[in-house]
Amino acid sequence: MISDITIGQYYKGDSFVHKMDARIKIIITVLFIVMIFMCKNFLSLLLTAVILVAAIAVSKVPFRMFFKSLKPIVPIVLFTAVINIFYIGGGKELLSLGFITVTSKGVFTAVFMAIRIVLLIMSSSILTYTTVPTMLTDAIEKLLSPLKVFHIQVHTLAMMMTLALRFIPTLIDETERIMNAQKARGADFENGSIAERAKALVPVLIPLFVSAFRRAYELAFAMNCRCYTGGEDRTRMKQMKLKASDFAALSVFVAGTVGVVLINKFFGVVI
Amino acid sequence: MKNYIEFDGVCFAYEEDNEIPAAENVIENMSLKIEKGDFVAVLGHNGCGKSTLAKLCNAILVPQQGKVYIDGIDTADEERIYDIRQRVGMVFQNPDNQIVATVVEDDVAFGPENLGVEPAEIRKRVDEALRDVGMYDFRFFEPHKLSGGQKQRVAIAGIIAMKPDCIVLDEPTAMLDPRGRREVMDTVKRLNEEYGITVIFITHYMDEAVRANRVIVMDKGKILLDGAPKEVFVNTDTLKDIGLDIPEATELTHLLIGKGIDLPEDILDIDELYSHIIRLTEEKN
Repeated sequence: MISDITIGQYYKGDSFVHKMDARIKIIITVLFIVMIFMCKNFLSLLLTAVILVAAIAVSKVPFRMFFKSLKPIVPIVLFTAVINIFYIGGGKELLSLGFITVTSKGVFTAVFMAIRIVLLIMSSSILTYTTVPTMLTDAIEKLLSPLKVFHIQVHTLAMMMTLALRFIPTLIDETERIMNAQKARGADFENGSIAERAKALVPVLIPLFVSAFRRAYELAFAMNCRCYTGGEDRTRMKQMKLKASDFAALSVFVAGTVGVVLINKFFGVVI
Repeated sequence: MKNYIEFDGVCFAYEEDNEIPAAENVIENMSLKIEKGDFVAVLGHNGCGKSTLAKLCNAILVPQQGKVYIDGIDTADEERIYDIRQRVGMVFQNPDNQIVATVVEDDVAFGPENLGVEPAEIRKRVDEALRDVGMYDFRFFEPHKLSGGQKQRVAIAGIIAMKPDCIVLDEPTAMLDPRGRREVMDTVKRLNEEYGITVIFITHYMDEAVRANRVIVMDKGKILLDGAPKEVFVNTDTLKDIGLDIPEATELTHLLIGKGIDLPEDILDIDELYSHIIRLTEEKN
């Protein structure tokens, strides 16, 4: 059944990373991405990779989960690698076939970029594997709250995210039901050209939209009845508290960033 | 006892659209008093105005004529609209469309959070409310993994966490299976008895209405019958005229009375009928 899905890709666990404050986790992830892009030679890239592997080990999320998350981006990695090989010039010429020349610098860049993308995906996977979606939206709301100064309705955005997450399974269920109803009346979703199949989906999408709007209307009603007036004067049951361990984790990553800067400085820039 | 909800000569019609002229009054000159702590079932077929009645109780709708008072507050007073909504909680028909959060306990916390209650107090209320509806063990569940009856109980918990005096349930069991219906009814009944929460239970199931203290039968925006279940269901012909069912036991009793068997008219459930029949057979022997 589709309705058995778990929203997001949370991997249940009880590790140090799971217990960390979601805000710090987001900050660390951003910091780590900056770190990846600051790497200018293989030594600094190695340092970043070691930190990442250590973080994964601490999170106790099995490595195969990370390989699973990498699968869909393999084509992107290959594509960028190939582009880099052919278009980056400089260095020793390795191969020359008519108008195509492959240089040592090109190969170097290609490998470097591929590692970067892999690290990037894996680092953001740690965040989603170890954080419940609700905590994530709460944390985003907290982190973005300074934007209130610019009259951006941060709370409304966070509420929209929460409601979207809440209604994904409901709407998937509904889609399934409508498709079955249309199939029972002879609709064919599996055969025909792409255009025909797209056309066959119209009688699914229209009732789905109508029902989504009706749900939205009823939900707004129910929220109103529960005294929802927007973000002001609202309290939260779950308070986020920063622990000493959160700062400890953050400082490890700050140290890592400093390490990358130093390595760049003393071991020369390759890229 | 004190009147908690008071309708005074209320008329209500849905507003005129551009093309469709205002329909006739959905609620027609209705006066009604509901006491604190009462359990009132409202019966009526579709379009008789019973949902409108529910919405008038917590200021979602405001009457064009007449007044509705909740705990002495006029629902037309826009400044006190949230005072009214905190006092009178509402549970709707479709449990899916009233659950806001992705985790059960977060959803129950939604109401108190809106009221600006202190975090520690919210925690306490949420745990209590979930225990009251028997859903405490499910507090970390995602709503879409619950059954209809369980979802509806979560919705009720979300309302009682706001500490209301009164709960209005607008056909809360219409989309549930028999088991879910019983769960919801048992929960509401217990809340009424243990905490003295006033309940207005809108339904079209007779077996549910029988469990109320007072039954109001509506037709065409008016109150047709009003009284204790035994007083109301005696009027089998009136109820049949407006297209309502009669509790099975009552119907059977009336058929038996028609055959000249000596039974009291106001039998509501099968056990009662059974004991009367046993009594009659014993007398015969």
